[in-house]
Amino acid sequence: MSPQATSAQEAATRNAVEVQMTGLSRRYGQVVALDRLDLTLQPGELVALLGPSGCGKTTTLRLLAGLEDADAGQITVAGRDITHVPASRRDMGMVFQAYSLFPHMTVRQNVAFGLRLRRVAAAVRDRRAVEMLELVGLSEQADRYPHQLSGGQQQRVALARALAIEPQVLLLDEPLSALDAKVRAQLRDEIRRIQLEVGITTLFVTHDQEEALAIADRVGVMRDGRLEQLASPTDVYSRPATAFVAEFVGLSNRLAGTVSGGVVTVRGCDLPLMDRSTPDGPAMALVRPEAVTLASGYPADAGPLTGTVIALTFLGATSRVTVDLGDTTILAQLATADATAHPAGSRVTLTIRPDPVLVAVDGAASAGEGA
Amino acid sequence: MAALAPVGEVVREPSARRAAGVSARRRRRLNAFRYLVFTVFGLFFALPLLAMARFSLEGAKLGTWSVTAWSQIASYQGTQAVGIPPLISSIEITLELAVITCAVIVLLLVPTMIWIRLRVRWLSRTFEFLCLLPLTIPAIVLVVGLGPIYNRIQRVSLSALMLFWVYVILALPYAYRALAAGLGGLDVTTLAEAARSLGARWLTVIVRVIVPNMWQAIINALLLTSALVLGEFTIAYLLLYNNLQVELYSISRNTPNAGVLFATSTAALAFAFALLLILSYVGRRRRRSRG
Repeated sequence: MSPQATSAQEAATRNAVEVQMTGLSRRYGQVVALDRLDLTLQPGELVALLGPSGCGKTTTLRLLAGLEDADAGQITVAGRDITHVPASRRDMGMVFQAYSLFPHMTVRQNVAFGLRLRRVAAAVRDRRAVEMLELVGLSEQADRYPHQLSGGQQQRVALARALAIEPQVLLLDEPLSALDAKVRAQLRDEIRRIQLEVGITTLFVTHDQEEALAIADRVGVMRDGRLEQLASPTDVYSRPATAFVAEFVGLSNRLAGTVSGGVVTVRGCDLPLMDRSTPDGPAMALVRPEAVTLASGYPADAGPLTGTVIALTFLGATSRVTVDLGDTTILAQLATADATAHPAGSRVTLTIRPDPVLVAVDGAASAGEGA
Repeated sequence: MAALAPVGEVVREPSARRAAGVSARRRRRLNAFRYLVFTVFGLFFALPLLAMARFSLEGAKLGTWSVTAWSQIASYQGTQAVGIPPLISSIEITLELAVITCAVIVLLLVPTMIWIRLRVRWLSRTFEFLCLLPLTIPAIVLVVGLGPIYNRIQRVSLSALMLFWVYVILALPYAYRALAAGLGGLDVTTLAEAARSLGARWLTVIVRVIVPNMWQAIINALLLTSALVLGEFTIAYLLLYNNLQVELYSISRNTPNAGVLFATSTAALAFAFALLLILSYVGRRRRRSRG
């Protein structure tokens, strides 16, 4: 059993709730932002919604928060229909993309604000605010004002404020997108740690696939108001349900091939298909860069997978090698030590690991990056 | 032979020295011009005020000093023999008008502007147009339009306090601009959504989250509104009401004791300046207390 599944089960025992969205639709004029979305969040689970701009992920979150009204569909939390309950009575903690701390209040007052509205006694309120600030590691900053904090600190306070009211559901609307890369990675891990510690059902909206894959129990990839796939990060990456998911999450090489009997033949390599019911005929195989390996040398019988290295991109532990095959280019992702053995200009022979692949039926052959 | 320069010392070419000299001379001339302009306009602004203050302190004999006019502000009876001194009652009325107008402006504009910003954004252009409209209408046109309305109002009440209706309209553009500037500096939508997600109702959002963040704008709106009410003459005069400015005008027309007139004008001006200082001090203190 995966660690995520274990944590979700533990959380379920700590009064975490199930969230169910059924047939949820939302239009803005002629634009369909959300098209009959069905999504269920298991108790204590962190689901990340991922997708390009305008795919409907933020709309989903705002409908769940009650900040907008659905045109159709139903939202239930712990079995209770909250579709028409106003935002102020939904009992959901939310962290926004923009810094949303109240500028006229100190950090402590910000965190205690929700409790104050619930008429919690001052002593309890203060104790709870301190606990929450300790949880996010900011108890030292309790008497500061938001403008005296960094962006990362402000978002941590916003998280503490959202959790202080002990909400049933935590909603995170791209909370890391305004932060620099290092703070972003730190805070991302911190959010996950806190979410597991508190055991709260969480919906996390992001356009950053790395973020989504790193912290979610399940990732939902959205497109044009619909959910293309909802699965564990591993499955979304290695077993994408559609060509869009394959191309959006991670990188994919689009290589022309021919489908026949559940196998696609690409430049002489037979690759099994994920969807064995794909009809026979020409298609584009979507091959991950890490499924491509390189060997130096230029055999006498130069095959269709022999080419010239035209670029080497250093990414730290791994490097990306771009190989020109004459009629197309192909990306390979290798350990940096292996990649540096093939400098730009060197001739190489490629091997494609026979992992199951998806095929797309449109577009020209090219090596491209997911959006 | 080239001269030797110590390490760190820059030897300037003669042309560079000339250029630096020209630039310094130009800077000196520019500074002198600035001071001259500042002094001329300062005197243009301050001299009449100083002259007014000096004249209010003129004694019985030319060139002597006296505070008699100042001491008469509270007791000056003008053309009436008995009753409350008209100057005092007009000062009272003007101050009351300022307070009422400020209160109505704040109660009317602040929630409306926040609500429009949060819920009916499409209305903001229309609302802005309506608020700025009084700027484009001359006072005399306003009076002609308001005449029949005030005829009806005077059937109910003859009090000069009824002027607040028209003063609210007059102050709308200034107060609107001040408040709009304050709201523009806030991410009202995000703050409201954050507060609502924490359980705040709309009234709580406005009163406890948005308004405390626009105090400076509210103070500015109050300041502009009070300044307008304290200095308004035309409409009060044409609608036959007695406020401070009308009373001052009346004194200047009916009495040889011009000292009281100038003392009262100086006092009104000093009051407006004091109000300005107090309000800006309050605003600064609020800002400082937040760090």
